[in-house]
Amino acid sequence: MNTIWRWGRYGLFALPLLFFGLFYVYPVATIFDISFRPDGVLDLSGFVSIATSAYYRDTLVFTVYQATLSTFFTILLVLPGAYVFVHYKFPGRSLLLSLSTLPFVLPTVVVATAFLALVGPRGLLNTALMNWFNLETPPIALQQTLTLILIVHVFYNYSVALRIIVAYWSSISSRIEDAASVLGASNWQLWWKIRLPLLRSAIFAAALLVFIFTFTSFGVVLILGGIRFATLEVQIYYQTVNLLNLPTAAALSLVQIFIMLLAMLYYARLQRQIATNQTVVPIKPKKAKTWRTRLLVGVNLFVMLALLLMPLLALVIRSLWIDGAISFEYYTLLGENVRNSILFVPPSHAIANSIAFGLMTTLMAVILGTLLAYIIGDRLLPARVGRFIDPLIMLPLATSAVTLGLGFILALDESPLNLRTSWVLVPIAHSLVATPFVTRSVLPAMRQIPPSLPEAAQVLGASPLRIWRRIELPLLSRSLVVGATFAFAISLGEFGASVFVARPDTPTMPLIIYRLLGQPGTTNYGQALAMSVILLLVCLASFLLIERFRDVGVGEF
Amino acid sequence: MNRISRLMLGIGLALLTTVGVIAQDEPTTLTVLTHDSFNISEDVLAAFQEETGIEVEILRGGDAGQIVNQSILTAGNPLADVLYGVDNTFLSRALDAEIFLPYESSALETVDPRFLTEDVDSVTPVDYGDVCINYDVAYFEENELDLPSSLADLADPQYNGLLVVENPATSSPGLAFLAATVAEFGEEGDYTYLDYWTELVENGVLITDGWSDAYYANFTAASEDGTYPMVVSYASSPPVTYDEEIGAATTESIVADGMCFRQIEYVGILDGTDNLEAAQQFVDFMLSEAFQADLPLQMYVFPVVEDVELPELFADYAQIPENPVVVDPADIEENREAWIQAWTETVLR
Repeated sequence: MNTIWRWGRYGLFALPLLFFGLFYVYPVATIFDISFRPDGVLDLSGFVSIATSAYYRDTLVFTVYQATLSTFFTILLVLPGAYVFVHYKFPGRSLLLSLSTLPFVLPTVVVATAFLALVGPRGLLNTALMNWFNLETPPIALQQTLTLILIVHVFYNYSVALRIIVAYWSSISSRIEDAASVLGASNWQLWWKIRLPLLRSAIFAAALLVFIFTFTSFGVVLILGGIRFATLEVQIYYQTVNLLNLPTAAALSLVQIFIMLLAMLYYARLQRQIATNQTVVPIKPKKAKTWRTRLLVGVNLFVMLALLLMPLLALVIRSLWIDGAISFEYYTLLGENVRNSILFVPPSHAIANSIAFGLMTTLMAVILGTLLAYIIGDRLLPARVGRFIDPLIMLPLATSAVTLGLGFILALDESPLNLRTSWVLVPIAHSLVATPFVTRSVLPAMRQIPPSLPEAAQVLGASPLRIWRRIELPLLSRSLVVGATFAFAISLGEFGASVFVARPDTPTMPLIIYRLLGQPGTTNYGQALAMSVILLLVCLASFLLIERFRDVGVGEF
Repeated sequence: MNRISRLMLGIGLALLTTVGVIAQDEPTTLTVLTHDSFNISEDVLAAFQEETGIEVEILRGGDAGQIVNQSILTAGNPLADVLYGVDNTFLSRALDAEIFLPYESSALETVDPRFLTEDVDSVTPVDYGDVCINYDVAYFEENELDLPSSLADLADPQYNGLLVVENPATSSPGLAFLAATVAEFGEEGDYTYLDYWTELVENGVLITDGWSDAYYANFTAASEDGTYPMVVSYASSPPVTYDEEIGAATTESIVADGMCFRQIEYVGILDGTDNLEAAQQFVDFMLSEAFQADLPLQMYVFPVVEDVELPELFADYAQIPENPVVVDPADIEENREAWIQAWTETVLR
């Protein structure tokens, strides 16, 4: 029985490694091989051209600079927000947590539109301010500025950081904080000496993800930054798609991957240094009673609403407001094949496709991500193996989608793996990006489980499976839900390489939005907005459902 | 083995099986690799499938540049049988890589001779469109502005802050417009295209990354938030802005000599296909009356076959420039990088 269990375990752990090997390492190695050895001879001219060019150096500096600033501001805004979410109960708390994740699924073009509708020269805010103060010119001029890029990066990544930090914070003991409080620690001391050190691993996890996301930012920088700002990712795209200059593109890709890897190594080391051995008495959120705490909650909610919901609201208004009246015309048009074209897809099909891909992605990512967390988390395999794998699993996030897309086409071209034009690549590409999310959100919670708990259960005669189901899974459930939510959101938002893969027509909601935005005519634009709002609603419904699943389901798994 | 590991194994096996089943090719299917904006009426495609017994599968692989790159990188073991949507800005790259099998359709004799270049032995022209500046008719009327009659006019102070242009590095109309300015002002002499762009920048031109953003977020006639009444778009865009209340299109194109760039799209049969005959039939079909007449309303482009009747909206509101800029595809391929790099440096400065 014991041998079977052990071998079954190894088999389990081989699964995510096999998946990453086949669908990440192999395609990327293939494209690099073709790039650096075009005629079978090693050609490193790409590195020479980027090393000698001031232009690429500037691009790199800007990429690091904007990513650092974006990460800093995101974390700065998220911390007080997370505090409020962990410590206080207020009406609509779980709805708001779900709402905050919505920006994450929106296509960049739509987000750019939403922000323009809000803060553009003729946007809602500028119009209001000009009316109130009798101004001649719009007071807010953010178009094509770094400030706007930063604001939108915070908009996109707020929920990533918030969810990771809240999930971790909710699962750590409140005893130290209570004790410090009783001993007379000031509020400042509480933050500086207790909370930040306790939360360090979660904050770094969140900051790392935000850094990676903003470092590899593509659409936001491209659309909102105009041409003055370009990230490495934009350069890789340009070199690959426009110039088919694979040596330079691959060299830039490697530089990007290398820098990301350094960040991940640093992070992984930090995480291991954190001692985790506490009895879990989770913080219970309570009602805000004094006026000071009410103010704290109120101000934080206001910031969140202003930052996250106003652009979304502007989007909803634009989709419903036609010629000075409320109308559902754009929504009804979505269901009509006016031009009798093969491109037409009833919205219900697009929704169904999106959800199907989303479910496949979530399933794969949760299974693979949890297994990876176990491999890394020092629990069942030698620590060295985990330490080695830890930073590597994040690499799909650091790899340019164009690179990965071409890698798929080049590597998966022969039977039995001739998948290059199969729809299966879509959930696979999504899972590559989603899996690290699950792992990253599960790991901190897993390290938080005191080894004494499963050990005690083992002594009392529980089988490993029973220990996992009864003890570990319930303790991980909160983080698993966070991971699952993001896996689903990543898929619904149509991230990454799948956009760069040639595929048959299985149109999803984001694809329909892109298509509509690619054609002239007011109704096409209106329909794109309407589809974006539907995408938001579908996401919101799914997130609320996932949250519910946590509350009722996992306990009796 | 415990239940969970069995479950995992099951899922893994199921995944591989699905994958295997899907990966098998069906011999009667013709696969067409094309860009994301490919479109055709359902009945037109259905008629072809019924007539020939060929099942057509459409693969979408991004924009024109991406589908050409994918075809080049998979040369010999292609993703599809037919590649449609190579335009003249990427044609040379595709021809140099020799990815096409020679084929000259008998229907070529119906094609307007202007589109029959020496390359028709391996690629077949299907449609064309002109990248032109679209303007907001109401804005020009209200402000009593005259239309610019040449590219040089756009640098005039009366058009300060009125024009939005796409980045040539990321957008195909952007590259077309840049090529038009190169053709107009040249690369050598006292006043080059770069001098012109310096003046455009001083005159408040806005650069966006792509067409959607330029048109829908910044063009006054298409966006409530827009503040620019001129945008680099297509001569075929105005018909779609027809407004029933005023009985006219709200936008028009500026089609003066030398202000528009002609894009021509081609179809070719990919070397390595197992369905040569079906592929040839499909190329013929693309030059048929039914397909050609279907082009304007589905893809906003014009048929290359002569005397194909245009839809009423197009006949009324799409102007076709008499003397568009035509640049040799080899020139574009050769200079693309240099132009874009010089442009970026000029516009950034």
